[in-house]
Formats: sequence, C-alpha cells, structure tokens
Amino acid sequence: MTRADPRPAPRRVPVRAGGFSRLLDLRLLAVCAGALVVGVVTIALSVSVGEFPIPLGDVAATLVGSGTFSDEFIIVGLRLPRALVGLGCGMALGASGLIFQTLVRNPLAAPDIIGVTGGASLTGVAILILGAPPALLPLGAFAGAVVSATLVYALAWRGGLSPYRLVLIGIALAAVSVAGTQYLLVIGDLIDVQRAAVWLVGSLNGVTWAEFWPLLVGLVLLFPATAALARALDALSLSEESATALGVRVQRSRLGLVVVGAALAAFAVAAAGPIGFVAFIAPHLARRLTGLTGAAVLPATALVGGVLVMVCDLVARLVLAPVELPVGVVTAVVGAPFFLYLLYRANRPVRGG
Amino acid sequence: MSLRAHELTLGYGGTPVVADLSLELPPGAVTAIVGANACGKSTLLRGLIRLLAPSSGAVLLDGTELARLGTREVARRLGLLPQSPSAPEGLSVEDLVARGRYPHQSWLQQFSRDDQHHIDWALEVTDTAGLRRRSLDALSGGQRQRAWIAMALAQDTETLLLDEPTTFLDMAHQVEVLDLLADLNREQGRTIVMVLHDLNQACRYADHIVAMHQGRIHAQGPPSDVVDAEMVRTVFGLDVRVVPDPEEHTPMCVPAKRRRRRLDAPEQQPTVT
Repeated sequence: MTRADPRPAPRRVPVRAGGFSRLLDLRLLAVCAGALVVGVVTIALSVSVGEFPIPLGDVAATLVGSGTFSDEFIIVGLRLPRALVGLGCGMALGASGLIFQTLVRNPLAAPDIIGVTGGASLTGVAILILGAPPALLPLGAFAGAVVSATLVYALAWRGGLSPYRLVLIGIALAAVSVAGTQYLLVIGDLIDVQRAAVWLVGSLNGVTWAEFWPLLVGLVLLFPATAALARALDALSLSEESATALGVRVQRSRLGLVVVGAALAAFAVAAAGPIGFVAFIAPHLARRLTGLTGAAVLPATALVGGVLVMVCDLVARLVLAPVELPVGVVTAVVGAPFFLYLLYRANRPVRGG
Repeated sequence: MSLRAHELTLGYGGTPVVADLSLELPPGAVTAIVGANACGKSTLLRGLIRLLAPSSGAVLLDGTELARLGTREVARRLGLLPQSPSAPEGLSVEDLVARGRYPHQSWLQQFSRDDQHHIDWALEVTDTAGLRRRSLDALSGGQRQRAWIAMALAQDTETLLLDEPTTFLDMAHQVEVLDLLADLNREQGRTIVMVLHDLNQACRYADHIVAMHQGRIHAQGPPSDVVDAEMVRTVFGLDVRVVPDPEEHTPMCVPAKRRRRRLDAPEQQPTVT
C-alpha cells in the first residue's frame, strides 16, 4: 500500500483552546470568505443600479447618514431591504436544502419533499384570491408550510420515520396542494390571479423591512439549532444502523432536523414566495466549491444560497428593465439545466467496483 | 467487559426470528455466529447492538440492560460494522473515520488531541493512511471495507460487532479483512463478534463458534468441538466431510461428492388445433 499523500500541503488545521476544538478546513474558510466578498459587492451593486442609478460614492454617503433624502428613500427604503431579504431567503433555503438532501440521502431532494412549498403555495394563493387582507400573506404562507410539513411527517410516521416514505408521502401531498392551488387560480379574478402567479414563482418585487425582520428572527433562531444538529446529521447520513451504533438518538434527531429544515424553508417562503431551485442548487455548488460533503458545508451552503438569490434578483431586475422579472424565473432558468445535468450524471453507470 | 443475551426474543412483529436465546460472548475472544440463511444470525447481532429492541428478555452489557444505558454510553463500548454500510457521495476516508469519534465528542469538542490520535491510529492499523484524502467511492471493495473498519476502530470500543464483513469481497480481500480482525484481537485484546457466511473461515478465525438453527443456538464452543458432519447437516442441511485444514489444522468442511440428479424435460402440452 502506498503511503504517499496525494496532496502534501495541509488543507486542515486543528484549532484548540481549552474545552473547544475544531478541525478547520482552509478551503472551506476560503470559500466562505469569497462568498462574503461577493455578497457585499452584490449588495452594493443592488442598491446602486436600477431605474435611478446611484453612484457607489453616494451609496456610501447615504449609508453613513449624509446622503440626499431621495437617495436615502431609494436605498434604505426600497433596495436595501430587497437585497437583504434575498440574502436571508437564499441562506435559509440553502441550509434547508442541505439538511433534506443529507437526511434523505438523495442529492435531488429539496424542502419541497416535506410539503413546505405546496402548503405555502396553497394558503398564499388562497389569501391573494379569496380576498383576505394581503398583509396576511407572509403569515398565511408560513402557516400553510408548517401545517403541510406536519401533515407529511405525521402521515409518513409508522413507529419511526423512514426517509423513503417521507419522500413518497411528500410527493402525494404536493400533488394535492397543486390541485388546490390550480383550482383557486381558475376561479380567481384576473388581476388577483396575475399577482398570485408572480408570487407563486417567488418574487422580491416590493418587499420591505416588514418582510425582513421576521426572516431575520427565523435565521437567528434556526441557524444555531442547525449547528447543534449538524453532527447528528452527519452520522445519520451514513445509515440508520451506523448512526445508532455511533450513539445518535435516531428518531429524535430526525424529528429535530425535519422541523428545523421545514421551518427554514417556511420563513423563506413567507418572505418572498416559493423561490424555486435555490434549496436544491446551493448545497451542490457549496460541495463543489469546498470539495467537502455533509454538515461541514453548512456555512458555505448558506452563504452561496444567499449570494445566488441576490445575484439572480439583480439579473431579474436588469435583464428586461424597466420590467422586473420575479427572481424565481431566473433561479429556474439557472436551476432547471443544472437539475437535468445532475440527473444525467446520476443515471450514468458508476465507475469501479 | 461482558456482553450477554438473556432469554432474548427478537422479531419484526409476527413470529419471532430469535426465540428465548441465552448467550454469553467470551470476552477478549473472536466469536463467529454461523448458520444457514434466515436462521436469525443477523437478527441476533442487531439485537446485541440495540438496533432491534427485544420483544422479551434482555441484552446485558457488564450486567446492565442495554435499554437502561444511554445510547452514547453503549456507543463508547460497542462498535458495529453493518452488513452493507453506506456513505454519502464524495465522503473522504478521513472524514468517514472521523465520524467514528461521535460518541466521544460534544458540540464544543469536535477535534480533540484524543480524536486526532485515534483517527490517525485507526487509519494506520487498517493501512488506509495513504488513502485518507481519497473519496470512498473511488476505492476498491477491500479498501472501502478497511476504511469502514477504521471508522469502527476510531470509535475505540472494547467490543466490535461485524455483520458479514467479508461478503462481496474477493478471496484475497476476505483474508485481508479477517487477518486484520484477528490481529486486533490478539494485539489489543478486543472482543470481536462477527456473523460469517463461510463456515471454514469461521473455523479458522474464531475461538468460539455459535451455530444457529431456526432462531436458536444449536451448538457453541471452540471450532474443533462444535464443527462436525452431524452439526453441518442439521444447521446447513448439507452433507460434508470434515477434514483438518492443511494450513491451520482447524476443522474444514468439504461438501460431500455430488449425487447426480436427472432433470426431466418439461412435459410437452398437446397442441390444440
């Protein structure tokens, strides 16, 4: 057996202090730093460009409180919350996608499988079409997501949770939600239906700080919970048997992960509608960039997801300006070919034996 | 360290697969559980490592019921190599082995010196140190199995349970894996309990054989006491001649000379016109 290490330079550094220890992966660190830089640049561009371009110098002046009133209104009132909601949604969706892909051991999985998207779509569209106050939209979508996820979980439970049954029940319930949503779209007024259609694709048009604050609360609560469950997630990604043998409380950890994953997606859907493909793509991009797999990629996945949504929204605003596309259209244009590519790869015979 | 089953009954609802079984696994020895397909040997192993809760009876670890011990506590004392372990795509050998440290870690403490020491040691003794950065999917079957054993070793348990560790491996890799387990037992005094398909391998590598038949123990003891033509006929339903293994002088079973059987051609149905 050869002892030669293919990569001689240490890519990982142990960090220890008192009762704290971690193995730091330098490439992961570099990817996160890179994503942060790209994120800051994207935010700067997002608040600068648009129908009323504001030079970056004026942006800086406004942010330190010495800009003009109109600049301040456009930046702080319109563009900044939009960029930050995009960032937050992307982070939540990315983390949620990673949790579900790892939990059900399927790289094509997304929070849709637990019914989050379906339930939120149904209640969201119901609010827009049945004449409820539009201010109820985020809350309604969130409630729809939570009820639907609970239903999927309850129906999939049979003395324990099998990821496989979860996927099947999720698909079945998603079909029911789609049927309900379609029915509402058929009976609705044309103007309502148009608004519902835009919301259904996932859109950051017109989002404000009112959407941002609940999202921030969600992230502040759920990211630490995700971090706490990360090690169990890694153990569970091996197999139920291995996880048990390693001392993981399998059912309890699975429940925790499903709740956290579904809640992350629910907060994102409540803020901006069901933006497609982000939860699915972000973990793949992060894995590619870091060369890692499992929960270790979580910080990178969240950052990549956030940047992805912001960049896609920037494109959505600019590509047909002054018409603003829903961001979900752009993420779908990017995501669908990527999905096909992964399917193509997954169907190829595996090398070696 | 003692692991024993007391009047253990195991099943998946319906008829029990293992019925009222009592067994004491000799500490510091290699035990092989053998038997025909569906005799309950894998089920017994699953019961011994709490993957399956007993419908009655108990598994006792140093006299305490497994169900009364915390799952982490058990994980520090019993390790498992499942029959067909699976890992996410792209996982490196090093990261797999590091996962074996789970029961010794906490959220704050995820890579202590002790962790590092045990991971390096496990990679070293399984001869996978040179593969540590490689992805598990890119390895040969034998290398992959060694990586999984390294993970179980990094868990640092006195007892290691393995469910058919040699299935799907070619003969050279089978011997390699079994030799490694034998060394771990001799050099470190670890208790090894494995389900084996191959009775001859069991005879050669085990100090103690447990032969199971229809969910019960048919015979147990050292290979030379347990393995004879009579036992193999009952347990496996096969006529064999038992001869000494020319290398190790342990019992070796050679299937009896084949009796030819006439295969009648299927009857021709008269054609309807």
